[in-house]
Formats: sequence, C-alpha cells, structure tokens
Amino acid sequence: MADTVSHPLSEDKAPEGPKFVFNWVGRVGLAVIVFWAIVAIAGPFLAPHPPGEIVDWDYFGPVTSEFWMGTDYLGRDIFSRIIMGARYTVGIALAAVTLACTIGVLLGMIAAVAGGWFDMILSRLLDAFNGIPSLLFGLVVVAAVGSSIPILIMTLTAIYMPGSYRFARALAVNINTMDFVTVARARGEATPYLILREIFPNILGPVLADLGLRFVFIVLVLSGLSFLGLGVQPPNADWGALVRENIEGLSLGAPAVVFPSIAIASLTISVNMFIDNLPTRIRDRSE
Amino acid sequence: MTRSLLPYILVAQRLGIAFVTLIIVSFAVFFATAMLPGDVAEILLGQAATPEAVAGLREAMGLNEPALSRFVHWLLGLAQGDMGTSYVNNMEVAELIGGRLLNSLRLAGVVTLVSVPVALTLGICAAMWRGSIFDRLVSLLTISVVSVPEFMVATLAVLVFAVWLGWLPALSYGVELDSWSAMLRAYAMPVISLSLVVSAQMIRMSRAAVIETINTPYVEMALLKGASLSRMVLRHALPNALGPIANAVALSLSYLVGGVIIVETIFNYPGVAKLMVDAVSTRDLPLIQSCAMIFCVSYLSLITLADLIAILSNPRLR
Repeated sequence: MADTVSHPLSEDKAPEGPKFVFNWVGRVGLAVIVFWAIVAIAGPFLAPHPPGEIVDWDYFGPVTSEFWMGTDYLGRDIFSRIIMGARYTVGIALAAVTLACTIGVLLGMIAAVAGGWFDMILSRLLDAFNGIPSLLFGLVVVAAVGSSIPILIMTLTAIYMPGSYRFARALAVNINTMDFVTVARARGEATPYLILREIFPNILGPVLADLGLRFVFIVLVLSGLSFLGLGVQPPNADWGALVRENIEGLSLGAPAVVFPSIAIASLTISVNMFIDNLPTRIRDRSE
Repeated sequence: MTRSLLPYILVAQRLGIAFVTLIIVSFAVFFATAMLPGDVAEILLGQAATPEAVAGLREAMGLNEPALSRFVHWLLGLAQGDMGTSYVNNMEVAELIGGRLLNSLRLAGVVTLVSVPVALTLGICAAMWRGSIFDRLVSLLTISVVSVPEFMVATLAVLVFAVWLGWLPALSYGVELDSWSAMLRAYAMPVISLSLVVSAQMIRMSRAAVIETINTPYVEMALLKGASLSRMVLRHALPNALGPIANAVALSLSYLVGGVIIVETIFNYPGVAKLMVDAVSTRDLPLIQSCAMIFCVSYLSLITLADLIAILSNPRLR
C-alpha cells in the first residue's frame, strides 16, 4: 500500500513493448554517441599508428590510403591522434559532467527539502558563480595553478555545478510540495528517504536530459581551453588541442585541421540531436 | 499605490543582487589569482629566492597582512582605477589595458551593430513562417553554430572567406590601416566570426519570444478577425514581444565575453582578451586579475540589464 501511495507518478502497469520510442534523428544522435564511446574505450586497439610517432616525412600530408585523415604539422597520423584524442575529450568531459551533476543534483534536492537559511545562502552563493563567464573561469584557474587533467576536471565541475544545482532545485521544489511527499513526511520518513526515494525518481528524466546538455557545454569549454593552449598539455592532445596544433595548416586547407573539428562537431551536435528528440515523456516528466 | 511601486522595488532588489554577486565574484577572482598560486614573492624572485629576499619582498608587497585586508585593499584600489603593476614588465596595468580596452569595445560595438538587426530580422521572420523551409533552415544553421566551439566557427569562416573564396586576409592585424577598404578588410574576419556566434543565440531566443506571443489568445483573435500574417505578427504580436526580445538581445550579447577571448586569439587582434590569454601564459597575475574583472563586470552588467528589461517591460507589474 505504502508503495502505491508514494509513487503515483510512476506507471502502475508493468512496462510493455517499446516504452520510449525514439525518432530517427534521435537514433542517429545516439548512434554517433555510442560510436565515440566505443572509440574512447577501445582507442589503443583501433589506432593504426602510434599517435605520438612521426610516420611521414610530409607535414600536413593529404588523405592517402595509409593515412586516412592526412598527417599533422610534424607528420604524425591524424586518424590515430583523433582516436586517442577521443579518450581525453570524452573522458574528461564525462568525468566532469558526472561530478558536476551528482554534486549539483544532491545539493539541489537537499536545499529544496531543507529550505530555510541553508537553501537561501547556497542559492545566492551558487548564483553568484553563474555570474562568471565559463571560459574566463577556466583561464583564471589555469593561470593560478597550471593545467593538468585532474585540475581540468575539477575546474569544469566547478563551472557547471551551479547550473545543475539550480535546475535540480527548481524541479525538486515542485515535487516537494506534492501530496505523496507530504504523505511520506507525515509517515515520519527521514530526509534522506524523502530525497532518494520520493524526489529523486521523479526528477530523474529531466536531470538526465540536463546532464546531456551540460556535457555539450563542457566539451565546448574544454576544447576552447585546449585550443588556447591551456587545456590538455602536449604530448597528449584532445580534439581542441589537435585543432590548435595544426591551425597553421589552415591556409593550406590541410585535412589535419578539418578532421578534429569534424570530430568535435559530430559529438556535440549528435548529443544535442539526441536530447532534443528525447520523448517528452522522459524530458518533461515532472511537468 | 503599492502596486505602482512594485517595479521599482524589484529593480532595486535586482541591483542589490548584482552588487552582492559582484563582491562574491571579485572575491573568487582575488582568491584564485592571489591565494591559490602560493607565495607570490617566491614566484617573482625565482632563482634568487633566498629566505631574506623573500621576506623583504613579502614585507614590501604587503603580503604579510591577512588575506581579507589585502582583498579589501585591492578592491578599493580597483574602484579608484588603481589596478597595480604588472609582474612581467613593471608597467602600470591600467596603462597596458587602456588602449586594448578601446580596441575590444570597438570590436564589440561593430559586432553588436551588425548582428542585432540581422538576427532580429531572421528570428522574427522564422517565427512568422514557423515550420516553413526557411524556418527549418534557420533553425538547423543556428543549432549547428550553437553546438560547436567558437573557434570552429572562426576557423570555418577563415576557410571559406580567406582560403576558398580569397576575399579577405586570414590574419587581420599587423597590416597598415591607411584606407577605409583596408580597415574594413582587417576588421571583417573577427567581426564575421563573432557576429555568427552571437547572432545564432539571438535568433533562437527572439524566435522563441515571438512564437510565445503568437500563441496568445489575442493574437489568435487578430487572425480570426482576418488580419494578414504580417499584420498579425508585426502589429499585434511584436509590440508585446519587445520586452522578451530586448532581454534576449542583452543575454546573447553576454556571449560576446566568451567569444571575444577565442576570436581575438585566433585573429591576433590587440584587445583585452588577447592581453589576458598572453598574461595567463606568463602568469602575470595582476594583469589577469584586472582583465578578469573587466570581463566579469561586462558579463554581469549584460545579464543584469537583461533582467531589468524583463522586469520593466512586464505590463503586469506596472
């Protein structure tokens, strides 16, 4: 009985058949995301050449059967470097977005349930952090403490946590006033139970959609930082750094600039496509 | 009576929030640049950092004072235009920034003049012919621009206009600006790239604002009375969408702050952002502090302006 009272929003019937139907744009987006995820994991086995090794005397070489995406400014194989770059771009962005959303959503739910001065101070403080432009935030931190992968992850987390907090708090405040939460509270459930069992399941859909969009922003800022030479440091390179390294080849129209750019765009655009075409049932579940 | 005062109270409240935010932001900037890096005196002295020299320099720079008093001191100095001296070449930071700031403002001004009319026209037309081929094309283009990094937009613009078409020089600065056409050509690439970034946001937001007004009952009424599509949008919907559109413009212009950092670096444009990126690589902390504050203040003013417009243009509050 308690179960049906506490979950009036979830489906009573067992899910039958395809519950969430994606249209083809969403499916293409998902396919590209899965593709890059596999590349990021299986990177070393897929790369035809060692990514750091100079394999061709011709710098900014053209697309050939041996070098599928040409060679870079030192004559290294771009195809292999993009595959290895996926690890940095996807990996760092994924770590940062997971951290940012976990912390942000948890704090947001706690603030919504606790209310009072805790909510007010935290909201004001985190809103203030939203008043710092994201790329600038990154620049200042890198200037202060230098750039390494853990620092990049922490910085990107700090930049995008406040937005996630605000989003989750707004959703959680709505759920918090609903009858089933009031009932649970009257039943004498403790705050952790309310947050994890009553509120969290009901904001999960929109929160995941928000996570996707935030992932895109993080990829953009990370690429921007690397492009300025302040992100992932050589000899390693993420996609933004690959564009930076080879920017001189732009006037030659070298494939070395074009393909890393395409890699970034394919990832960000397909995540956007996937989120935009999520069934409204997942995206706006709380509304 | 109290009702007519409401907008002013809200405005005052919003300004108060902006002020508090500014204090917190400046503390964050100060903390990141003055506390995080460790002992500034040691960094400055480098190889020559004997304990005596470090102690002497710490005393001279006032580093022995508590952090809070250093922060207040710095903030008061900043408010009076005293930005300190650069670590790298001992020049006044204000002097280094002066001309650069003018350059950046000029770039931002030209971009605003170009992008606002274009973006609003496209946004309103897209809303008017919603669902048409034109609307879908505009949506597709704006989504693409929004979801790729700014440097890619700029790189693509160089590839198209400088490499393939050969109309414009790829790198803008360093050439003599002796004639109108030379100046136009030098400014063209940064302005085009930055306008693309800013307009994409503006088109999306203004389209959404107009569509929201079109969906109201009174606009539907105008349509039912037999008003033409353009009359319905331009006479009935647009006046009421002006507030949200102005809000959208101010918000999109805040994207200038991030965009300008990338665009100035790519095109070697001598503005504040380029100065700051260079300062980051030499770790010239006073210079970074001041540049960061300039960007934060402009960003904050644009967001606050957007909110104020939204409050003042809402007739329900009057």
